[in-house]
Amino acid sequence: MNKTSYDNFTRGIIRENPIFVMMLGMCPTLGVTSTALNGLGMGIATLFVLLLSNSIISFLKNLIPYKVRIPCYIVITATFVTVVDLLMAAYFPNLHATLGIFIPLIVVNCLILGRAEAFASKNTVFQSVLDALGMGIGFTLALTLLGLVREVLGTGSIFGWSFVEEGAETMLLFIMPPGAFLALAGLIVLVNQLRGAHK
Amino acid sequence: MSKPIKSTAFTMTFALVSVAVFSALILGGVYQLTLEPIKKAKSNQELQAIRDVVYGDFANNPYEERYQIAVSHGKGKVDLFPARDENGKITSVAIKTYSKNGFGGKIEMMLGLMVDGTINKYKIIEHKETPGLGSKITESRFSDQFHGMNPGKKGFKVKQDGGDIDAVTAATISSRAVVDAIRRGYKALNKLSTGKTHE
Amino acid sequence: MSYLMIFITAIFVNNIVLSQFLGICPFLGVSKKISTALGMGMAVMFVMVLSTIVTYIIYHGILLPYNLTFMNTVAFILVIASLVQMVEIVLKKTSPTMYQALGIFLPLITTNCTVLGVSLLVMQKDYDLAHGVCFAVANALGFTLAIVLFAGIRERLSFVVLPKALQGAPIALITAGLLSMAFMGFSGIGNW
Repeated sequence: MNKTSYDNFTRGIIRENPIFVMMLGMCPTLGVTSTALNGLGMGIATLFVLLLSNSIISFLKNLIPYKVRIPCYIVITATFVTVVDLLMAAYFPNLHATLGIFIPLIVVNCLILGRAEAFASKNTVFQSVLDALGMGIGFTLALTLLGLVREVLGTGSIFGWSFVEEGAETMLLFIMPPGAFLALAGLIVLVNQLRGAHK
Repeated sequence: MSKPIKSTAFTMTFALVSVAVFSALILGGVYQLTLEPIKKAKSNQELQAIRDVVYGDFANNPYEERYQIAVSHGKGKVDLFPARDENGKITSVAIKTYSKNGFGGKIEMMLGLMVDGTINKYKIIEHKETPGLGSKITESRFSDQFHGMNPGKKGFKVKQDGGDIDAVTAATISSRAVVDAIRRGYKALNKLSTGKTHE
Repeated sequence: MSYLMIFITAIFVNNIVLSQFLGICPFLGVSKKISTALGMGMAVMFVMVLSTIVTYIIYHGILLPYNLTFMNTVAFILVIASLVQMVEIVLKKTSPTMYQALGIFLPLITTNCTVLGVSLLVMQKDYDLAHGVCFAVANALGFTLAIVLFAGIRERLSFVVLPKALQGAPIALITAGLLSMAFMGFSGIGNW
């Protein structure tokens, strides 16, 4: 892999992580991460949509007139979101029920439209796929990490496997709405510190 | 790098229409493909919940035999699933009932009743009660006490209201909502057995 | 559910931003000053009510009768995107003052998930048109309340000296967390 491709792939994972650095797509980030598994599921669903929309948009980029590009991007994204929605309802009904309204709302996740506009509309299909993979993986990792923190502190379990005895007092705040904000704030402080130390 | 085609009235309309057609084709196809699996996933989910609450095992498919019964003066409805043994005799029924009086809003449950109306078990399907307080209505420490009770009896109330049921500590409202949901299911069963399915 | 209950629930108990996590992007992005926050809130209200009415008509007039409900998301987002454009054009021509006040917020609203979220919720909850519009107004008010309160706190916070790692996003999130905690005090209202 040459340097540009490598760059495009790794950019989203750490350097420009959509959540910790760019703060894109915050609604699902906070809304569905009460457990690590939900975060992972949401991340993968978003990754899938991002991958498909990025590749199709970069494939069609010269056929879409500039003035109507945004509506075209939105329809393409909405189509793939609905595909993911239907597939999840059919094969992962429990996860589908938990993620609920946040699945159709992937359409308005700024991450997807943002990558379409900033990257896929200017680059080749191959590079766009790499970009989508990087960003998607970065998003999934961040969501899973946030879910993991909230799950460990809030319910005393990891991926549904409980490590405290039944009836133990856990920090329930972290699976409630305020905990989402606080846990994310904590993680960003941590990331900022680590990045600061690197410079 | 090549430029996108010019934005004229014709190219813009053409691009939008073709994107819309492409979207409709894909979605139509995926919808047809997932129609059956989604139905099956839904029935499996219901069957699992039914199996959890009815007495013993069943030889029929209670989901296929469901009745819908109007409750609360026609404003709501509950589903009733009869479980039969090998001879086709009804052993117990599962009722998907609800209460709107939970602390966080609606509580949905699958209720298992014996033919004489006494409770076998219940399982909460969906609730928005406070984690750690109201959410304890899903735990067996609370739900086990209902086994063998008859919701038609006078004492079927929480102790705070002068009945026999121990409410979850600091979650009287959630406990009352469980009682309310069970009563609604019990009334629906009575309506069916007296032949009055409509009010 | 009565109209009053819809208002109380949507504004305080299940606040769309602080407990449902919809519209977090504008909540964090356009909340440095109270005046801009208020402008954003009004723009959201305007678009949300219009889009709820239009999507309601499309859903019950076209999608439901022809069994096309799986096209929900595509149809709704298209309606919202074109509605935002149209509102922008109409405002520019007819009411320049209002355009100056709301104009800069309009493009941001397409990707504001409160609008699509409310349209979808109205269908999910099976409201009729009057209840749906009421729900939209209530949620827009809830959004405005949250973002204005938040902007008020941030205006004062801007004078505080903070450790470097806390500056920017983290302190905003912590503030939002505390605000969300305060709103949790409303939970349970209306169930007695």
